Amino acid sequence: MKKKWIALALFSVTAILLAGCDNPLLIFDPKGPQAREISSTILFSIAMMAGILFVVYVLYTVVLVKYRASKLDDDYEPPHEEGNKWLEIIWTAIPVVIVVILSVVTVSSTSTVEQKSVVYADQEPLVIYASSSNWKWHFSYPEEGIETVNYVNFPANRPIEFRLYSYGPITSFWIPQLAGQKYAMSDMVTSIHMSADVPGSFMGKNSNFSGEGFAKMEFEAQSLSDEDYKEWVHDVKTTAPKLTEDEFDKLLKAEHLGRKTYSSNHLEFKPAPEGEHSGHHHGGSDSEDAQQHEGHEDMNMDGMDMSHDE
Amino acid sequence: MKWDEFFVTGEPMIYAAMVSIVVVSLAIPIALTYLKKWNWLWKNWLTTVDHKKIGVMYILAALLMLFRGGVDALLMRAQTAIPDNGLLDGQHYNEIFTTHGVIMILFMAMPFIIGLMNVVIPLQIGARDVAFPRLNAVSFWLFFAGAMLFNISFVIGGSPDAGWSAYFPLASLEFSPTVGNNYYSLALQIAGIGTLLTGINFLVTIIKMRAPGMTLMKMPMFTWSVLITNVIIVFAFPVLTVALALMTLDRQFGTQFFAMQSGGMDMLWANLFWVWGHPEVYIVILPAFGIYSEIISAFARKNLYGYKSMVVSMVAISLLSFVVWAHHFYTMGHGVMVNSVFSITTMAIAIPTGVKIFNWLFTLRKGKISFTTPMMYALAFIPIFTIGGVTGVMLAMASADYQYHNTMFLVAHFHYVLIPGTVFAVIAGFHFWFPKVFGFMLNEKLGKLSFWFITISFNVTFFPLFILGLNGMTRRMYTYSESTGYGPLNMLSMVGAVGLAIGFILLVYNIYWSIRYSPRDNDGDPWDARSLEWSTHSPVPEYNFALIPTVNKLDAHWFAKKEGKPLTSGTYEPIHMPNNSGLPVIMGAAFFFWGFFMVFSWWTPAIVFGVVILGTLAYRSFEKDHGRYISIKEIERTENALRGEQHEN
Repeated sequence: MKKKWIALALFSVTAILLAGCDNPLLIFDPKGPQAREISSTILFSIAMMAGILFVVYVLYTVVLVKYRASKLDDDYEPPHEEGNKWLEIIWTAIPVVIVVILSVVTVSSTSTVEQKSVVYADQEPLVIYASSSNWKWHFSYPEEGIETVNYVNFPANRPIEFRLYSYGPITSFWIPQLAGQKYAMSDMVTSIHMSADVPGSFMGKNSNFSGEGFAKMEFEAQSLSDEDYKEWVHDVKTTAPKLTEDEFDKLLKAEHLGRKTYSSNHLEFKPAPEGEHSGHHHGGSDSEDAQQHEGHEDMNMDGMDMSHDE
Repeated sequence: MKWDEFFVTGEPMIYAAMVSIVVVSLAIPIALTYLKKWNWLWKNWLTTVDHKKIGVMYILAALLMLFRGGVDALLMRAQTAIPDNGLLDGQHYNEIFTTHGVIMILFMAMPFIIGLMNVVIPLQIGARDVAFPRLNAVSFWLFFAGAMLFNISFVIGGSPDAGWSAYFPLASLEFSPTVGNNYYSLALQIAGIGTLLTGINFLVTIIKMRAPGMTLMKMPMFTWSVLITNVIIVFAFPVLTVALALMTLDRQFGTQFFAMQSGGMDMLWANLFWVWGHPEVYIVILPAFGIYSEIISAFARKNLYGYKSMVVSMVAISLLSFVVWAHHFYTMGHGVMVNSVFSITTMAIAIPTGVKIFNWLFTLRKGKISFTTPMMYALAFIPIFTIGGVTGVMLAMASADYQYHNTMFLVAHFHYVLIPGTVFAVIAGFHFWFPKVFGFMLNEKLGKLSFWFITISFNVTFFPLFILGLNGMTRRMYTYSESTGYGPLNMLSMVGAVGLAIGFILLVYNIYWSIRYSPRDNDGDPWDARSLEWSTHSPVPEYNFALIPTVNKLDAHWFAKKEGKPLTSGTYEPIHMPNNSGLPVIMGAAFFFWGFFMVFSWWTPAIVFGVVILGTLAYRSFEKDHGRYISIKEIERTENALRGEQHEN
């Protein structure tokens, strides 16, 4: 019978851990609408699953207590039971209903977190390109024309759209308190939406194993008040050095770097693998040349973004 | 290539491993020579085509691999037990979690299950062997060659280090320049061909060789589960074969299928891998369901509840297993639509699985439950596996998975599925069928002691990982800083891992103890069980059944015992049996050396051994071997001896 108690003990331990201590688990301490949506989806699913576990554990306990050989007469002969149509229909139908409910929740929450939050529906998202290389994160701001390495600042209370790609193995861009994660790959750009409700500093990391230096591939994501953000951008533009192609190549080769800040970004000479630059349309070494042209289009788009902002 | 690149150097642990490998590989031939056992080994084991002996060899190899994979696991837990630990460096840790995954799934779980399949299936369907006995030996030796090839990577050339899923471009030559991933692609290729052959072999065996009267719906549930598993193998493994071939071409012949340049698609590898990889999960879990069905019904002393719905749900699971693969990478950025579809198909698997859980519970209801060691594993499986199941449903929800993906939550989930599911099942099956094969039982006291160690320690090891995952700890990190707060729970997990190790040591000690001291008073049906394998002697004579039983219902053996009506009638006739052959083991050795030279791209010797492989195939094509007959006299002698032994005790 020990098993049952162990299971119950473990179960109550989780319940306590989830029910709130001083330090809530990271996933249950969301600081933005996307992460909040997922957090409540998870809590809902845990509640449903707890119900299922409860039913199974009660049945299990009753059966094991009642029908152990040591408690039964020696001449007790278990009956021959083929099954029961209605019981079997019931325990097929109820899970079907549960799966339907969870499916509705999943589809709705997935589509919610895959786009700009309704809370900030009236604002244009700030686009930041986040690209990974072994074992760093590069953040390029097409709107501001600046670039950072291993840290990213953005305004709080504004939708942010990160566009992700990789200069190497597949990585996964993850700021747990703001949103779920998404892969960054070498041959296409994926995008992820998030926003922070409050100014603050959040842990961000690559969660997808990408080789030797993977464990240390973290960055700080900092949401700033509007003024602080504008001031920071202004500082970067006036004080930080320009990012040249040579310098960027050096960055790509370095295995670990601290924080870096530049007053221009690499999108101008190395555009992201999207649109014409996507990995699946071209096939030869001439792609390098083609990439030279595309830079302009990106910049035009950025101009548009800025006008909306003002 | 220089010698210090050929051998892995610089790590005391690896030198120790080298020394032990040399010692063991010298000790075995010396011992064999000293004891004059070469001939015995060759005639009775290496060249055997007997499904029971092949099954035993599979299980021995699986136990060996369980040890290797277990040491990997202990090292991983030890390294992460405290923050900023320096026991292993990043590279070493990466190799260890890669080999842990590959070995536990492909060289431990699968061969253990295939081993039990080999031992039990022909007996359970009243057959004298599998459909293609020699092919069966080829399967085993290919698996063994693959397993050995994979294991020597530890000391020669370096182990693969890109994770068991070997995602590209990380596993490409550009980012993994050592030969490690060549070992991965070639060792898995060789073992995989063996598995594919097993799939075909058992499919034919179960379809064509059942005892008279055993219609499909009168088959024992384990046989049903194995039939469905082998259908999955036949459909899923060719995908792995192709994927691994493309990987070899990419890494060694300059193609760009998965590379970053020239339009190669890294996502293609992920898709191919999981199109095989997800059905693979069901390849190791469905036979486990079959084993539990047999054990629960035997020790509840009751027929299996809802037999038909059990079969239907396994068929449903097998179909669904092929349409859920993208749930392994919801985060790859396919849209809401794709993720939703895969979420729903994945959650749908919970329905047939739930049906099975309830059927087991209702088999127990009104039963007369005796708590033997195999039964205790089966009973522990239900509550623990249900946790694995419901967390699986949680992971299936795409939006939620954006937060679980790549975290310890996922790691906890699949250990909660695979350990109570597959590992408990094979241990339960091992205890259950051990007396059938060897004629004596494993000690129950030691068995229960190791059961408690394993079950409790399992939960202590893996439950904390759920919480760590929800707290943002990602998998495959060789270290973490103290400020993350992950330390205490990882330490707890380490304590559990030590307990698990003690449990497994007790299990092995139990085997040793029982071989020496267990009473040999086995009557062929020590558990008073239900299916046909218990109707013949233990140990089983090489022809399995002197007379083939006739079956008229499910659990025919059980009813025959109750009603006192024997299943067999008629007189002995000469029995046609296949001859032993040395060809499969030679072929396995040739595959091993071919693979080894391929790993290092040493083309000339690789071609030479490639020719040897083709030579063995050609030789077989022209070989005339019609098997042999066991005479009536010999059958009588064997049967009397087996019966006499029982009366003596």
